[in-house]
Parts: sequence; C-alpha cells; structure tokens
Amino acid sequence: MSTSTRAIAGTRPGPSADSTNRGALRRTKLRLSSPWATVGAIVIAVIWTIPSFGLLVTSFRPPADITTSGWWTAFVNPQFTLANYVNTLNFNDTITVGQSFVNSLVITIPATVFPITLALLAAYAFAWIDFKGKDWLFIAVFAMQVVPLQMALVPLLSMYSNGLTIFGTQIFPGLNLNSLTSTYAEVWISHTIFALPLAVFILHNSVSAIPRDVIEAAKVDGAGHGQTFFRIVLPLSMPAIASFAIFQFLWVWNDLLVATVFAPGANAPITKLLTDLSGTYGQQWYLLSAGTFLAIIVPLIVFFALQRFFVRGLLAGATKG
Amino acid sequence: MSAFFSWLAGLPPLAQIPVVIVAFGIVMVLVVFFIEVAPRSGRGYSIMRLCVAIGVPLAVLLILGIEAGAFWVLIIAAILGGGLFWLDYRARGGSGYVIQLFAFLSPALLLLLIGLVYPAVQTFVNAFRSNDGTHFVGLDNFVWVFSGGSTGLIAFINTIVWVIIAPVFATGIGLLYAVFVDRSRGEKVLKVFIFMPVAISLVGASIIFKFFFDYTQDPQIGLLNQVVEWFGGTPVAWLQNYPLNMVMLIIILIWTQTGFAMVLLSSAIKGVPTEQVEAAELDGTNAWQRFWNVTVPGIRPTIIVVWITISIVSLKVYDIIAATTGGQNDSTVLGYEMVKQFEILPPQAGHSAALALLIFILVTPFIWYNARNLKRQREE
Amino acid sequence: MRVHVNGGRSFGPVRQAAVLAVAAASVIGLSACSSGGGSSGGNASGSVKGATVTIYGPDTGTEATELEASWSAWAKQQGITIQYTGDKNFTANIATKIQANSLPDIGMFPQPGLLSAAVQTGKVKELDSATATSVKNNFSTDWQGYVTSGGKLYATPMDASVKGYIWYSPADFKKWGVSVPTTYDQLLQLTSTIRQKTGQPPWCAGFNSGDASGWPGADQLAELVLADSGPSVYDAWVKGTTKFTDPAIGSAFDTLGKTLLNPQYVNAGFGDVKSINSTAFGDVATPLASGKCALTNQATFLEASFATVKTAAGNTPKVAPDGDIWAFPQPGPTAGKNAVVGGGDFAAAFDANAATQKVMQYLSSAEWANSLIAVPNASFISANKGLDATKEQDALLASAIKILQDPATVFRFGADDAMPNVVETAFWTGMVDWINGKSTSAVQAQIQAAWPAG
Repeated sequence: MSTSTRAIAGTRPGPSADSTNRGALRRTKLRLSSPWATVGAIVIAVIWTIPSFGLLVTSFRPPADITTSGWWTAFVNPQFTLANYVNTLNFNDTITVGQSFVNSLVITIPATVFPITLALLAAYAFAWIDFKGKDWLFIAVFAMQVVPLQMALVPLLSMYSNGLTIFGTQIFPGLNLNSLTSTYAEVWISHTIFALPLAVFILHNSVSAIPRDVIEAAKVDGAGHGQTFFRIVLPLSMPAIASFAIFQFLWVWNDLLVATVFAPGANAPITKLLTDLSGTYGQQWYLLSAGTFLAIIVPLIVFFALQRFFVRGLLAGATKG
Repeated sequence: MSAFFSWLAGLPPLAQIPVVIVAFGIVMVLVVFFIEVAPRSGRGYSIMRLCVAIGVPLAVLLILGIEAGAFWVLIIAAILGGGLFWLDYRARGGSGYVIQLFAFLSPALLLLLIGLVYPAVQTFVNAFRSNDGTHFVGLDNFVWVFSGGSTGLIAFINTIVWVIIAPVFATGIGLLYAVFVDRSRGEKVLKVFIFMPVAISLVGASIIFKFFFDYTQDPQIGLLNQVVEWFGGTPVAWLQNYPLNMVMLIIILIWTQTGFAMVLLSSAIKGVPTEQVEAAELDGTNAWQRFWNVTVPGIRPTIIVVWITISIVSLKVYDIIAATTGGQNDSTVLGYEMVKQFEILPPQAGHSAALALLIFILVTPFIWYNARNLKRQREE
Repeated sequence: MRVHVNGGRSFGPVRQAAVLAVAAASVIGLSACSSGGGSSGGNASGSVKGATVTIYGPDTGTEATELEASWSAWAKQQGITIQYTGDKNFTANIATKIQANSLPDIGMFPQPGLLSAAVQTGKVKELDSATATSVKNNFSTDWQGYVTSGGKLYATPMDASVKGYIWYSPADFKKWGVSVPTTYDQLLQLTSTIRQKTGQPPWCAGFNSGDASGWPGADQLAELVLADSGPSVYDAWVKGTTKFTDPAIGSAFDTLGKTLLNPQYVNAGFGDVKSINSTAFGDVATPLASGKCALTNQATFLEASFATVKTAAGNTPKVAPDGDIWAFPQPGPTAGKNAVVGGGDFAAAFDANAATQKVMQYLSSAEWANSLIAVPNASFISANKGLDATKEQDALLASAIKILQDPATVFRFGADDAMPNVVETAFWTGMVDWINGKSTSAVQAQIQAAWPAG
C-alpha cells in the first residue's frame, strides 16, 4: 500500500514534490548529525536499555540463582537455561499460553481499530467543520482524559449487565452476555471508550495541521466532506494514525485491569496469565521474567511494522510501500 | 446487538477479528458515504436525509434491544430525529450541514457520554455526599482528605510533584533522542531501545523494579545498590525513605513515558520540510541552532500535545504505585488513594470521589492552557 | 492501493430509490434482531444437567489447577460445568462486581471481613437448608461464626491454612545442640543462643507483597495477641471494641519487637531491620534453605516456595522432620498451646439456581474436602471435620490438619482478614511503618484512626 503523506505538523504547505523527495533521499544517507548527537543517543539508549536487558538476562537464569545473586554476575559465572521459557509455555491453569495469546490478539486488534476510526471522524469535524461551541466541545472531550478508568468500571459493568434506565424507562436492557462464558464484546467496547479522548486529542493535532489550501482545493474539485475525509485526511494523517495505533495496541495488549473485569476467564489475555503464573502465594520471578519476554514479541513486531508510515515527504504514489 | 455478539462469541476466536472489523467497517463506510451525499440538493436527497434522521436513532435503539414495552422511547427518538431534520433543513450552512456534523461526531460523543462523562458527573456528585451515598455532607470529604486521619494531604503534594517533574523529563529526553537518531542509519532499531519500556507489561516492569531497587546487604541483587557499593557507599533503602522513594517512582514513569514522547515527536519531525533545515544549513548555522530555530518551532503543537498528555498520565498514576510500594512510606498519590478507597467493601464512595475531584482540579490549568492554544491556532 | 490527493473517480450520482431501499432494509433488518441470551445454571425445579456454574476466586496458578482437579470428577458425574476464574486482584475486583451487580454464581472469599461486607450488601444468597446442615455438621463453631450473619448462614468454608509456623533446619538445630522450644520465652532464649553460636542474626522476615505489603506482620501480631491475651480479647479486638491503642495490643507489639526490631536478630540473609519491608514474603525461603537464616515465621503455604530454591550443597531442600527444612507451631506463653491463627476461603453464592445450590452443597461436604487433599501435591487442606487426615501425603500439612481437627484447638482467622477492609489496609501500612521505625504508640493510634465511626 502506498500512501501520500506530508507535513503533518508543519503549519505551512510544503514545497513541490520533487525537491522534497530528493531531500529525503539525501538525508537518509547522512550519519548522525554531529558527534555530540552520537554520544547523546548512545548514553540515553544504554540507560534506557539496562533495566530491560537485566530482565532478559534474568529470564535465562536458573530459579535459585535469581534471588541469590545479581543478574550482572551471570556473565562472570555463566549458567543459562531455557527451562523458564519451557515452564512458562507449559503453564496451564484454566487456559493455555497459546489460547491466551490468541485472546490477546482478538481483544487488541479490534480495540485498536475502533477508537482510531471513531476518533478520526470526530477529529475531522473539530478541525474542518465550523459550528457553535466547537472549541468548548473539543476541550470537554480532551478533559475526559483525566477520568481514571477505575472510576468508569462500575458504571460500565453495571450498564452491560443491567442495562441503562433513565426516568424509570429502560433505554437499553443490557448486553445479556453474562451467561456467556466466552465473549469479547464488553472488552472491545470498554477499551474503545477509554481510548477516545486521547485519540481525538492526538489525531486532531495532525488533522488540523493539514494545510488549508489542500482542503480547499478538494472542495473546489467538488469533493464533499466524505471524499475529503477518505482521500485527503486519511492518507495525510497516516504518521499520526500509525504512531497512535502503536500505543493503543500496546496499552490494550498490556492491559490487565479492563480484561480482568470485563472478559470471562476463558477469554483472558496473556497479561492475566502472566500474573497467574506465580500462583496464589508464590513470587516466581523466573517464570514472570520469561513470560514477560514471550508477551513482548507481538508489540515489537507491531512497532516495526507501523514505523514504515513515518516516512518523510512522500507524495502521491511516489513510492511503493 | 446482543444477538450479534452472542452469535459472534460462538465463532472461533481468531475468526472473530475479521468478522467484527468488517461489520464495523461496513457501518463506517455507510456513515462516510452518507456524509458525502447528504449536502446534495434535490428532493430525493431530502427524503433520504429525513429517513436517516428519523431511522437511525430508531435503528440504534432497536439494535440495543429496546423492548416494545418502552414504545414511547422509540417515539421520542423519532421526534428528536424529525427535529434534527428540521434544524438541518433550516441550517445556515445549507441543508445536510447539521446532519453531517452529527454523523461525524455522534459515534464518539455518545460512547464518551455513556462511558466517561456519566461516571465523571456521578463522581462530582458523590464528592459531596456520604460514603454510602445516602445524604449530602458538604465539604466533609475534603476535610477528611486534608486532615491527619488520612494520607490525602501527602498524596496531593506528591501528585503535584509528579506532574511538575515527570512530563518535563519524559518530553525533553524523548525529543532529544528523536532528533539525535533522526538522520542516522538504523534509526528504527535505535528507537526500539527507548520504546522497549513501553512494550513491557507492568508485570514485567515490577520484576525489573525489584531487581533494581532491592535493598539487602550482601550479595546485592538490586543493581542500584550494587552500583552504590562499587563506588564504596553503603546500600540505600530506595523505596522506604521519603522523598527519595517518590523520586525513584517518578523515574519509573519517565522511563516508560519517554518512548511515547519519542515516537510521536519523531513522526512530527518527519513533517518539518527539509528545505527549511537545508536553508538554515546553508546559512551556516550549527546543529543546535537549527534544532532550536527550525525543528522546535516546526513541531511545537506536537510538543505541547505530548507534554499535556504525559502530564495527565502523571496525574492519574496508579499502576506504578500498586506494583512497588502500595503507597506506603508516604509514596502515595491521588490516583492510587482514589482507587484504594473505592475497590473495597463497603466502598468509601465519598472519599474516593473527593480524591478524584482533586485530580480534576489539578488538570484545570492544562484545560485552560489548551483552550487558549486552540483560540490562538484558529486566529492564525 | 494507490491514493490520489486530487482527481480519481468521484461518487457517481446516486439513485434515490437505492438509498431509500438501503435505509428501509436496514431498519427492518435491525428491528428483527432481538436480544437473546439464555440463563445459566438451570432453574430451581428442573434438572441441573448441562448447567454451567461460574466460580470466581483469588487462587491462581498451581492452586487454581488443584481446585479444578478437586471438583472435576464430581462435576462430570453431575453433568455440571464448573467454570473457575482465578484473579490475583480478587478482593478489589469483587468489590467492583458487587457494586455493579455483575456477579459470578459463586464467589470464593479469602477474608471473612470482606465476606460479611458482601453479605451486608444483600447480594449474597442465604444457604439452602441442605447446605446449612452440612456446614453445621462439618465445621466447628469457630468456623461457623465466620459465615453467620444475623443468625443465618451465608457461606461455606472451603480450604484452610494454618499460620504461625516457625520454619527451621533440623540439621542445624542438631549441630548447635538446641531443641524445638515449647514456650515463647524458650523461643527467645533459643534466638539468643543461635546468635551467640553463629554471630549472625537468626531470624529472617519479608513483609513485601506489592500493595498488600505488611500482611505477614499483621499475621504475626495477631498470633501474639491470641496467644498472650486469649480468644475473648482477640474477638473484641477484631470487632473493634478492644482498640488498637489497648495495652494488650501494645504488649503484643513489644513482644514482636523483641525479635523483629532487634538489629542483632534480623534480617538474616538480607540486611538490617528495614530490609524486612523490601523483602518479598516468599523470598525468605532462599536464605532458610542455604543456611543463612535459622528461623522464620510463616504459614503452611511457605512450603511451595522451597521448590525453586537450593540448599548450600546445591540441592532442592527436602521438607520433613528429618530433612533440610521443617516447621513447628509458634509456642504460646505456656507449653501445650492450643490457639492457632489461620486463613482460608469461603464460598458464597450470588445465585440461587439449582445447579449453584448443588455445587455449594458439594463444597461444604467432607467428600469435596477429601477430594481436595487427594489431588497430587496439593497445597490445600481444609478444616472440614470429615477430612481423613491419613489421606494427606505431605507431612507438614498432615500436622496442620491434626491441629485443625483437635477439639481442644481454638481457631481464629487472621485479625486483619476478619476486620473491615479499610482497617485491614491501615493495619498493613501500620506494620510497614513500624518496621521503618515509627513508634509503637504512633502506629497504634494511626491504625485505630482508620476504624469507621459508629
């Protein structure tokens, strides 16, 4: 799929396509901008990596070593084992690791697609359609970010199971899914709701940065809002959509609370299984560390896959992605 | 709706992904298609608008499974739809204008109304009522928060410290790193190093913290104290002494949020036209000046978005506290105390709501700043 | 797919008929959808075959597997599907579920305090007569007290654990020429003897448990209150009529301080007194196995933690009276102690359908308790009187069952678990502060302040 992307944060329209492309090509051949930048990048990268690296080393150490010596001593006195990974993969209390992996995917993918789509529609209206009280409405949506999701758990849960009653009349009789021992609906809806405020906020930032002339030009060509949305806003916001999608995917993938409250046990994601690994009274660091790295594989794939969309200065059909 | 979800639950899990996304996609394409044709003039389009204005609310209620017993709810919905059509018909922007707006905004706004606005309003009311919600108690819950009997005051102070420190460092380091690696080979791989903490689940992170902050005499299994020992110091109880423990927990938040800042800022930097940078280069400016005079102004809106977002995350912090200290040794914050008061039996709804309201109050400066910013952007 | 910013085909003119047809069809089609959803658990009069009963509880991992194994054969025979969901955050999430009225059929409550708060909400169903009779026959009055509210029974005890075991190494005791003490004073004497012989602190302790940090301390304090002041003071303390600031509680703090606050005596294998708070409660198994730590106080479930540690020789420690690790009940002020503090789970039904009632009845029976300890490597025991102690494979658990079944034993639930939720968390925090050096009287006042008024 090739996309046309352009200045998403610059407020002025960029120059002609050709020069932008040449510039982009030239710049990718450059090294880090200066020796200072190189040093800075390395320092930050090392500091940020040490903790995760420690966990990775820990996950390969025999259980008894983990609590008796620091992980950094493993290099002086190397004793590595794959047993932790084997034990984690074989773990099964109510569902297997494989099932929980599938559950994580089934929960996460729709819960990433839904909020981004709905938020993009809203962000478009906030950016390019004028109406009374627009700014205040936008600020109100933005302010909803501050509601901690724990606060919404009881009202939502209650609505799913008992429905919504206003002035003594039932508007919505509930989802009636309580009896089902396998449904993802409640998790999807909840995650969608919780993600919306931030999604609108972040996507609005990029949608509103599209140069006005581009939008006007489409109007002159006879495109309505629907076409403008599909043919201009969607492709031009791709970098912002991709970066938000990465995070939404991650938040949902790593979420424990929403899944625990809204998904039946058979639909538990990998995070839930991870916390269960250590049992009721144990602290089995060796299993937890291995499980953490098994669970991280998918998010990293997503990160690499979506980074493709952060390309500089692409224009209509210029490259094959 | 229930029927659809029940049927869906019967499918194999992996098959549910395409089915639900396609179903959702069809609805969305219909919405956008309708938006496209709505403003067109002509009798046919007018009739279509009327059908949609009245039909969609009815259809939504029917999908939700409204019972025939509440028939008048349907009638009200139809009347509202008719009113919408009338408004739309008379709209200054031409007919179709208001309906379009509704189609764009209503899906997101309806969900927000049900899922977040309603709980927020309820919390607002609860903050002035007793814990069991039976009677009005005025400001008693706030008195409880700031009196010696609770940890409210220290939580309030700590939260303010979190909001001041964490966003600045996370945004700053994220921005620097995004700029540093922006022109390098292997950019994608270099970014993974900073992104990793975001990808690690809290379960994993809590083990990392253990093997980082652990406090023992010998042999060390906590890296931080090992480093202290290598430099000839004596081990420090990182998480047990206030305010040191707060600093340590804030570092964890910075560690996890920097990746978020870096990814968003990096995609914004790609949007700064290369010509501007190259022109500055030709003018003989150094990298630092180019960064300040070209890159930063170019991505200012994104910097603000990131900074505000991380500030709000800092206000709501719960997980980090729960996974490390459990709020003990004065390390607690408002978000943690709020949940603690609520997830017990009998729930202390009043106390919890008062703490939540304090979080709301702390976010007001950001709301105000954002509003001013919007106005400025519109005027440009 | 290629996207063009400008140009490309625009939508052609739309046939109004088609649009109308789509709109009409969608409305008609949608109205045909009705809300489905069957009920679970059968009905009160019909058969229970094919019914599903959901159980929601705090046990996860191996413990969850053991629970499922304990009832699977019976459920198959009855034709009932029992769906167990374990949740480490059970206490927080059950509070949410009860408030939202979105409930499992059966909840497994690990704390009597939480159970009675749940009963107060009116959402817990009273036991039917058959289950009530079974509970009365199978459990001592001490246990019945925890499931009774207003003279009615609301839950059945399930599994149990015995707290207040002192874990030690029999071989090291032999080496030092010391024997298992029979009074608390002898235990203190033993502590100083070991200190002299080794020059190392004898005790290790770990209070860290995420956001529940401090509970091991609360348990140890409760054991001393029960042993020194007796069950009546203990009960009054749990009810709140004896305050935390009472001298009886103060003296228990002082007794506990003789070991836990003495830098000469703790924290073996970890560091100073403060390191008790940063040590995870299960991690004490490590120095105990390697011989760095001579004594630690923890419940029967510590045994599971020895599976992944190594002795000084590099083997997995054997838990037996003549093995590497063994435990004796913490002695009271006089020899022949018969008061124990313990823990356990209670099953309470939120639904009165026939299948749920049947499962409840089964959980209260001796049949289930025996099936539970028959599970290979089970870590569970039960206070059920009908338990056949000879069936227990594990030597330590067998001794715990003996204590539970002894008619002379006074059994009390851990005080923190029996107190209201808010007090429990304040109690835990108080224990952490106390280890950190806060004065006993300040900690007492601080915990007392958390008691709800009235």
